[in-house]
Amino acid sequence: MSENNSKAEEKTEEIAEEKVEEKEQEKQKEEKVIPYLEDVPFFGFQKLIVLKNKGIDPELIDEYIAQDGYQAAAKALLEMTQEEIIAEMKTSGLRGRGGAGFPTGLKWEFANKSEGDIKYVLCNADEGDPGAFMDRSVLEADPHAILEGMIIAAKAVGAHQGYIYCRAEYPLAIKRLNIAISQATEYGLLGNDIFGSGFDFHLEIYQGAGAFVCGEETALMHSIEGKRGMPRPRPPFPAHQGLWKKPTVLNNVETYANVPQIILNGGKWYAGIGTETSKGTKVFALTGTVKNIGLVEVPMGTTLRTIIFDIGGGVPKKKKFKAVQLGGPSGGCISEAFIDTPVDYESIAKVGAIMGSGGMIVMDNQTCMVDMARFFMDFVQDESCGKCTPCREGTRRMLQILEKITRGEGESGDIETLEELSEVIKDAALCGLGQTGPNPVLSTLQYFRDEYEAHIFEKRCPAKRCPALLEFEVDEEKCIKCGICFKQCPTEAITWEKKQPAHIDKEKCIKCMTCITNCPSDAIF
Amino acid sequence: MARLTAEDLIKLKEKVKNENALSKDGYTVKITVHLGTCGIAAGGDVVYEALKEEIEESKRDDIKVVISGCAGMCSSEPNVTIGRIGEDAVIYRDLDAEKMRKIFQGHVLGGEILNDYAMARIKEPV
Ligand SMILES: Cc1cc2nc3c(=O)[nH]c(=O)nc-3n(C[C@H](O)[C@H](O)[C@H](O)COP(=O)(O)O)c2cc1C
Ligand code: SF4
Ligand code: SF4
Repeated sequence: MSENNSKAEEKTEEIAEEKVEEKEQEKQKEEKVIPYLEDVPFFGFQKLIVLKNKGIDPELIDEYIAQDGYQAAAKALLEMTQEEIIAEMKTSGLRGRGGAGFPTGLKWEFANKSEGDIKYVLCNADEGDPGAFMDRSVLEADPHAILEGMIIAAKAVGAHQGYIYCRAEYPLAIKRLNIAISQATEYGLLGNDIFGSGFDFHLEIYQGAGAFVCGEETALMHSIEGKRGMPRPRPPFPAHQGLWKKPTVLNNVETYANVPQIILNGGKWYAGIGTETSKGTKVFALTGTVKNIGLVEVPMGTTLRTIIFDIGGGVPKKKKFKAVQLGGPSGGCISEAFIDTPVDYESIAKVGAIMGSGGMIVMDNQTCMVDMARFFMDFVQDESCGKCTPCREGTRRMLQILEKITRGEGESGDIETLEELSEVIKDAALCGLGQTGPNPVLSTLQYFRDEYEAHIFEKRCPAKRCPALLEFEVDEEKCIKCGICFKQCPTEAITWEKKQPAHIDKEKCIKCMTCITNCPSDAIF
Repeated sequence: MARLTAEDLIKLKEKVKNENALSKDGYTVKITVHLGTCGIAAGGDVVYEALKEEIEESKRDDIKVVISGCAGMCSSEPNVTIGRIGEDAVIYRDLDAEKMRKIFQGHVLGGEILNDYAMARIKEPV
C-alpha cells in the first residue's frame, strides 16, 4: 500500500467520522423537531365533526363545497323523503346542544306532524352563558354548515322560511353569516327551487340585543316578533305554536352543524360515536385556570380528566385543581372526587351539574366557591326578565344572602334559607332561567358546604378571596422574605427589606388582593 | 355565478380541490391566518397586516394567503399556518408582527422552520 493511499484512507476515515458527528447533531436537532398536530395532546385527543372545517376560508362558499359542502342538502332535497330524513336523525341519536339535550329527530317529527301550511325553522345563536364561545367560533369558522343544517331541517318539517337569531355582540359571526347567505343565494342553494327540487327556503338573520333570557325558546320567538323578549308558559310547545303561532323548530348552532354529516354519512355512523344515551361529539369552551384555553371537541363519554388534564394540559404550576364548572349559570360544579366522570347528559347530571351548552371553567384552590356562586347568582338576578315572582324576587333574596355571607355577616340559618329558596324557585319559576338559576348554589353547597360554614361561623374565607374576611397581615413565620408583595403592591402599602419579613400598612392597603394572589408561600392572611 | 344543480356541486368540488392543490395556478406557498374573534383580539389582525406587507415587499406572486376561523387553541393565538409545496405545513403560535416577519423571511422565503415559534406540523398539505 502506498503512503498516499493510506493517507487517503485516513482522510476518508476522518470524513466518515465527521459525517457521523454531523448526523448525530442533525439527529439532536431533529429531536427538538416540532411534533405533528395529532401528537400534540391538545389536538390529538379531539375528534372533529362540528369543527372539522375550522381551517377553511369561511368567506368563500367554494371552500365549503370542496369539503363536500351542500352535498347533504342535495341528498336530502333530491333523494330523501321528509320521513327518511327524520328517521335518519332519530337513528343518529343526536340531542340538542343548546342545553336541554332534547332528541333532535323527535323535535323535527313533532313539527312535521303539526298541522299548518306555514312553518318556521330557527337557529339559536344567542349564546348568553358567561364564558361560552362555542357557537361563535362555529359561526365564524364554518357558517355554511349551519345554513346547510337548516335547509335539511326545513325540508324535514316543511318550512320555507328560517331565521338565525344571533346576538349583535357577535359582529364577525354576523358578517360571515351574511356573506354565506348571499353566496348561497347566488348559487341557488337558498331561495326558490333549490337544486331544481321544487323546494324553497329563505333565510334571514335576526340580531338580538344580547339578553340571556332571549336564548330561551319562547322569549327568542317573541323577540323576533318584535315584542319584548319574555318567556311564556309551555305548552303549547313551539313545534305546535311557535313563531307567529306557527309550528316551529328551534335548534342550537352546534346541533345544526352536526346535521349535514349525519345525512351524508348516515345516522348509524353517528350513533357509533359516544355513549349509550349521548351520541356523537360535544364542543366545549375550555377556560379558567388551565394551561390550554380553547375550543375542544371530544366524543361523548370522554372523561373530565382527559379534557382538563390531557387536552387542557392541567392547571398551571403551583396551583391546584379544585373543581370544574359546567353549564354556566344554569349548571354546577364538579369536585375533584368526580373528575373521572364521563361527559354525557346523564352522568354529568348525576354528579350535580349539567352538560349545558358547553362552557367549562376550571377552578383552582384560589377560587372561593361561595364567591363563585355569588357571581352566577348576580348574573341570573341581573338577567331575570322579571315576569314571574319566584325568579324576580327569589334570585334577589338569594343574592342578598350570598353577598352577606361573603361580607362576613352570614348568620346561622342562612344556608337553610338558601336551600329553601332554591327549591321554591326551581319549582315555581316560569322558564329555564329561574328553574336552573339556583343550581350553582346547590352544587357548591353539595361539595363545598364547609366553605360556606367557614364563612358564616368562623368568619374565614378558606380560599382567601373574600376581602372582608381577610386581615391583610403577614404571617412572619410563613413569610420567606422574597419581596414579591412589596414590588407588586399598587399603593406602596407594603414595606420590606432584604432578609426581613414584609409588613402591610393597613391604612394604605386598598384590599386589591394583589399580594395575596401572588405570595409564593401563602403567608398573607 | 349560476344556480347549481347536484352535478354542478360535485364538479365544483373537484375543480376547487384541484385548484387548491398548490402548483395549480402557480402557487407554491399557502399561508392561513386564523382570524376568529379570539385571534383578532389577540392581535391577529396586526399579524395579518405585517404578513401582507412582507409579501408585497418580497414581490412574490406565488404566495396565497387565506383567512380562516379559530384554530382551536385560543391561548396560543395569534396562529398562522405555513404550507410550502411538497412539505409539511407548520402552525405557529403566539405571534406578533415582528415574529411574523421573521417567519416570513426564514420559513416562507428561506425554507427554514422557526422551531422557537412553531406549535405543530400538519401532515397533509393544507
Ligand atoms: C335562560 C335560557 C337561555 C338559553 N340560552 C340558549 C342559548 O343561548 N343558545 C341555545 O342554543 N339555547 C339556549 N337555551 C335553550 C333553548 O331554549 C332551546 O332549548 C334550544 O335552543 C333548543 O335547541 P337544541 O334542541 O338544538 O338544543 C336557553 C334556555 C334558557 C332557559
Ligand atoms: S323564570 Fe325569570 S326569566 Fe324566566 S320568566 Fe320568570 S322572571 Fe322571567
Ligand atoms: S410575597 Fe409573601 S413571602 Fe414574599 S415577602 Fe410578601 S408576604 Fe413574604
